[in-house]
Amino acid sequence: MSILVDQNTRLLVQGITGREGMFHTKSSIEYGTNVVAGVTPGRGGETVLDVPIFNTVSEAVRATAANVSVIYVPAGGAADAMLEASAAGIPLVVCITERVPVQDMMRVKSEFNKRGTKLIGPNCPGLISPDQAKVGIIPGNICKAGPVGLVSRSGTLTYEVVDALTRQGNGQSTCVGIGGDPVRGLNFVEILEMFQNDPDTRAIIAIGEIGGTDEEKAALYIKEHVTKPVVAFIAGQTAPPGKRMGHAGAIIEGGTGTAEEKIKAFQAVGVPVARYPVECAELIAKVL
Amino acid sequence: MKLHEHQSKELFARYGIPTPKGKVAYDAETAREIAKQIGLPVVVKAQVLVGGRGKAGGVKVAKTADQVEEYASAILGMSIKGLPVRKVLIDPAVSAQAEIYLGIVVDRTQDAPVMMASAAGGVEIEEVARVTPEKIKRQTIDPLLGLQAYQARELGFGIGLDKKLVAEFVKIALGLYRVFVDTDASLVEINPLFITTDNTLIAADGKLVLDDSALDRHHDLEALRDADEENQAEREARTAGLSFVKLDGNIGCMVNGAGLAMATMDVIKFYGGEPANFLDIGGGAKADKVAAALRIILADQNVQAVLFNIFGGITRGDEVARGIVEALGQVKTNVPMVARIVGTNAEEGRRILADAHMQTAASLEEGAKLAVEIVKGKN
Repeated sequence: MSILVDQNTRLLVQGITGREGMFHTKSSIEYGTNVVAGVTPGRGGETVLDVPIFNTVSEAVRATAANVSVIYVPAGGAADAMLEASAAGIPLVVCITERVPVQDMMRVKSEFNKRGTKLIGPNCPGLISPDQAKVGIIPGNICKAGPVGLVSRSGTLTYEVVDALTRQGNGQSTCVGIGGDPVRGLNFVEILEMFQNDPDTRAIIAIGEIGGTDEEKAALYIKEHVTKPVVAFIAGQTAPPGKRMGHAGAIIEGGTGTAEEKIKAFQAVGVPVARYPVECAELIAKVL
Repeated sequence: MKLHEHQSKELFARYGIPTPKGKVAYDAETAREIAKQIGLPVVVKAQVLVGGRGKAGGVKVAKTADQVEEYASAILGMSIKGLPVRKVLIDPAVSAQAEIYLGIVVDRTQDAPVMMASAAGGVEIEEVARVTPEKIKRQTIDPLLGLQAYQARELGFGIGLDKKLVAEFVKIALGLYRVFVDTDASLVEINPLFITTDNTLIAADGKLVLDDSALDRHHDLEALRDADEENQAEREARTAGLSFVKLDGNIGCMVNGAGLAMATMDVIKFYGGEPANFLDIGGGAKADKVAAALRIILADQNVQAVLFNIFGGITRGDEVARGIVEALGQVKTNVPMVARIVGTNAEEGRRILADAHMQTAASLEEGAKLAVEIVKGKN
């Protein structure tokens, strides 16, 4: 098993005809993901990579029963694309696009909460359930099916840890990149809950970074609700305050959001914190 | 991106928020002229994108034209927290009986804007929050509904405002929220909002921080960017589409991905080194982008070694390696380089780099250790 995406995933790609959209859709299809539709307004009726293209998401959903949408449209149109997917009744929307304005995200999040639509991202690598479905840009070749659930605010840092796990022989149930923006969809707590309830996930890795207090909330949640072993890593111990470290959400503001606070929060609830990324894999090997 | 006080207040005025009718001067003589036009006394205020201008002596009340010239001249020669003062705002002096705070921020714990008001204005709100948090009243704004008048009333009465002033306060609060939305701000602030001696409200200061991700739809606001807000390296990085933050160490870093870039800095530190920068080159590693990044890193005289950490993923390792070698052809340097590349065809990539006399590492840990040893060997 896995969380969020699996062999029943029927994937729709918004922005499939763009350069990024096309490239990553091809890689998802090659991985074995069931890509059922693409949406590019004005290109309806065409076929790209053997996938039928529709003008609107609602049309695509009616024709193909797509149940997950992944978004590669440029930042200016990303909020609109997310809202369109939600309005068409898609239960899980994954937005890869980076630099989505934060006020757009506050409105989208509010609307998604009302409708009960799940969102991953934006500014994220998406998610993968190895050997089942790849939604987004996480490289399939570094993954392997297995018992470790992984949730992270980062992209390549996640790959680093996944790669180490796989080389060590420990596969993954699902790897979820929740994104580096301050306002985003599903957070550590929601994903931790899903991993806790997923019978095939036996241990969890949480990769956080500076900015905000979501890791602290995750630590509290783990203490109360998670019985499976959790290992954490926090990036940005050497980051200076007041500077945005690439990700819009990675900033120490008014003294809060430091790596030190987050590390302490995890350690206080008995979650071992890796000192360097691949140590996550070493710590996981000890608890599995 | 930050706006200056005078730019923020000009925007506020367009939304019906009362502001002093001041003007900007770039030299002391013009400051004197402006003061004569608007009438003495005036406040001479340094326009510089940092807090604490008052404490640094960058804000002075002038009662005579000679004083205006004297203060303007002194302030225009100052640097505040490292930033040169290039212009001053000459505002008519307003006598206040009280100073309040009014601001809107993005609250990432609630995924919504929050309006804050406090009767303890005129000091940094972080300081009020730390010392007397009960003095700050908050209203969470539904991003779909926007700020409602009743919320502004609750704030106005909540901070003990004279009931005669509440209607005016609500009007200002609603105007400020419209500024926040229309400019895609991440923070907007009036601090202080004066209660004048004749019992009216006026925005004596203004602060506006724009969401960098939204600037594509605000070219008029982006045109207001102050070149001093960022240093040369940061500016070059931004135009090259790179994320860069300068640090104090001596090991330059070039990494793809923000999280991995932070982790790379942390691992350098873990092995006893000091990172010279944060740099995320984004996806892929095309030669011209790598070259631009390398130039920015090497412009820092402290840099004694450079560590490349590229997790190829879908990008092929040999392509990344060729990009780096090509970039090294464009940027001549004797600074030793260590490269760690992972991804499809990574071994081929390492061979290409070794042929180009670069040290290669199989893991981030090994790469970081190597870079630290190189720097330690030099000192």
